[in-house]
Amino acid sequence: MSNFKHSVFLQQEKCKGCTNCVKRCPTEAIRIQNGHSVIDEERCIDCGECIKHCPYKAKKALSDKLEKYKEYKYKIALPAPALYGQFDNLDDIDFVVSGLLECGFDHVFEVAKAAEIISEYTRNYLRRTDIAKPVISSACPVIARLISKRFPYLCDNLLPIIPPIELAAKMAKEEVKAKHPELKDEDICAIFISPCPAKVSYVRNPIGIEKSAVDGVVSISEIYFLLVSSMKKIVNPEIQSQTGLVGVSWAGSGGEAAALFNDKYLSADGIENCIKVLDEIENENFAGLEFIELNACSGGCVGGALTVENPYIAKARLQILRRYLPVSQNHIERTDPTEVPKSYIWDQPIEYSPVMQLDSDMSLAMKKMADIQAIYEMFPHLDCGACGAPTCRAFAEDVVKNNGDVSDCIFIMREKIRELYKEREENDGK
Amino acid sequence: MSEPIRFHFDVDGDNFSSAGEASVQVKRMLRQIGISPDVIRKVSVAMYEGEINMVIHANGGDADVIVEPNKITIVLKDVGPGIADINLAMQEGYSTAPENVRSLGFGAGMGLPNMKRYTDDMKIESEVGVGTTVTMTVLF
Repeated sequence: MSNFKHSVFLQQEKCKGCTNCVKRCPTEAIRIQNGHSVIDEERCIDCGECIKHCPYKAKKALSDKLEKYKEYKYKIALPAPALYGQFDNLDDIDFVVSGLLECGFDHVFEVAKAAEIISEYTRNYLRRTDIAKPVISSACPVIARLISKRFPYLCDNLLPIIPPIELAAKMAKEEVKAKHPELKDEDICAIFISPCPAKVSYVRNPIGIEKSAVDGVVSISEIYFLLVSSMKKIVNPEIQSQTGLVGVSWAGSGGEAAALFNDKYLSADGIENCIKVLDEIENENFAGLEFIELNACSGGCVGGALTVENPYIAKARLQILRRYLPVSQNHIERTDPTEVPKSYIWDQPIEYSPVMQLDSDMSLAMKKMADIQAIYEMFPHLDCGACGAPTCRAFAEDVVKNNGDVSDCIFIMREKIRELYKEREENDGK
Repeated sequence: MSEPIRFHFDVDGDNFSSAGEASVQVKRMLRQIGISPDVIRKVSVAMYEGEINMVIHANGGDADVIVEPNKITIVLKDVGPGIADINLAMQEGYSTAPENVRSLGFGAGMGLPNMKRYTDDMKIESEVGVGTTVTMTVLF
């Protein structure tokens, strides 16, 4: 786990040490120490909530500048469906595709196209009788990581199919190599245009597979202004987009699930809501559901921390954009109705990593838990955050793990000062 | 041998949507102790069902969870109407839940049977007009 490469990081000089990120972090991974925020790498799932909520813009996501890839002979853009919702008055995706080519890419392969194929195979997968249900979507890397750290019982329910971004990179490279046999592997570079930091982490630390076929990630916000100005130059774009409304709908919450043409699904968005749903599923409280789509960001991928537009406005734009699109432009050949090709299936199952465990020795863990209970009782239970931890409970855990001192609690400190004062007064009175 | 750890929760009787919160918290703490996922799930499911029962029938109550090195005991105590015929209440499909609760999808008559199924031992002490105490044990 120590070689996990995160994408969310802190620009320390901008951090004022306020507790906005500490309070919002869904895995309680952030503390304020020595006046600035510190992220626990084991717990961080790169969801980007801290980026969205930092008032000083001190939290950033590591993504690449476009220039980094100019050395490559052949550059492929993999635009996320969420990109299509970022532009005012856009009525044709071909403007975006042509605009990306204008930006210097040699080829564009829409992730929405790959998403339509993944939707077809997910339908096949759901017809199987030997799988754990409900099947939980694994396309949002935040959710997949969250499950691996907090919901051991649900690891087997994750859809073990590669996400659209992965398939898009693979298919794009195959296409390009067929067209340009002179190109070598190292000449080609597939760059994802990403709405979120979690996808940056995904590419560096893929889920379910050894190595991602995606070579780089540029954020939507990074490429946005260049792309808008490139799109303005285009008058009559060539017909190039190969996606239908199924693929485009993956950009918003509910899109992936609706594409399954099966009404026994649930879709939830926003990380806190997703956690609640997972808790309930773990208790088997939703009988009869076949599929669960969870998106860590409110609104789905359009709500990612690296987008430009308000997620709900982006979603409204996509509705208009979808209006004239066919249902789907990508289909698989009908063979076995439960078939999912081996190359689409994870070869490295997700394993539970118990990052919350207090100690690998259970009797020591119990002892620590008892200590936490006792220390927690000393605190005022106001969850004020002045100690740098999100809650009194979390701070009690920190103290037991030797990551804090009870006197960092300002209420306990106040008591101590009062006592000292009283002592002094008594001494003076003598 | 480690000392037993006791967790206490007040189960709020007024709010359906918060029913189950105690079991979520217990799940979290058991995970921190390193209890196996299978055991956590049994405790969590049984406790959730019990919490819902307390909210539906007894306007809430007290939930205590005692963790020992080889077992977890869940004690759910309420001062509700009590259960007149425990054998009948234990039958699958038998329910006295009111209509408004059924319309929310609860009251299928599976609560007590599920609690028994997911635990290794379950004891119900109840007196009509006084209250009910359910004690469940999961061994590991």
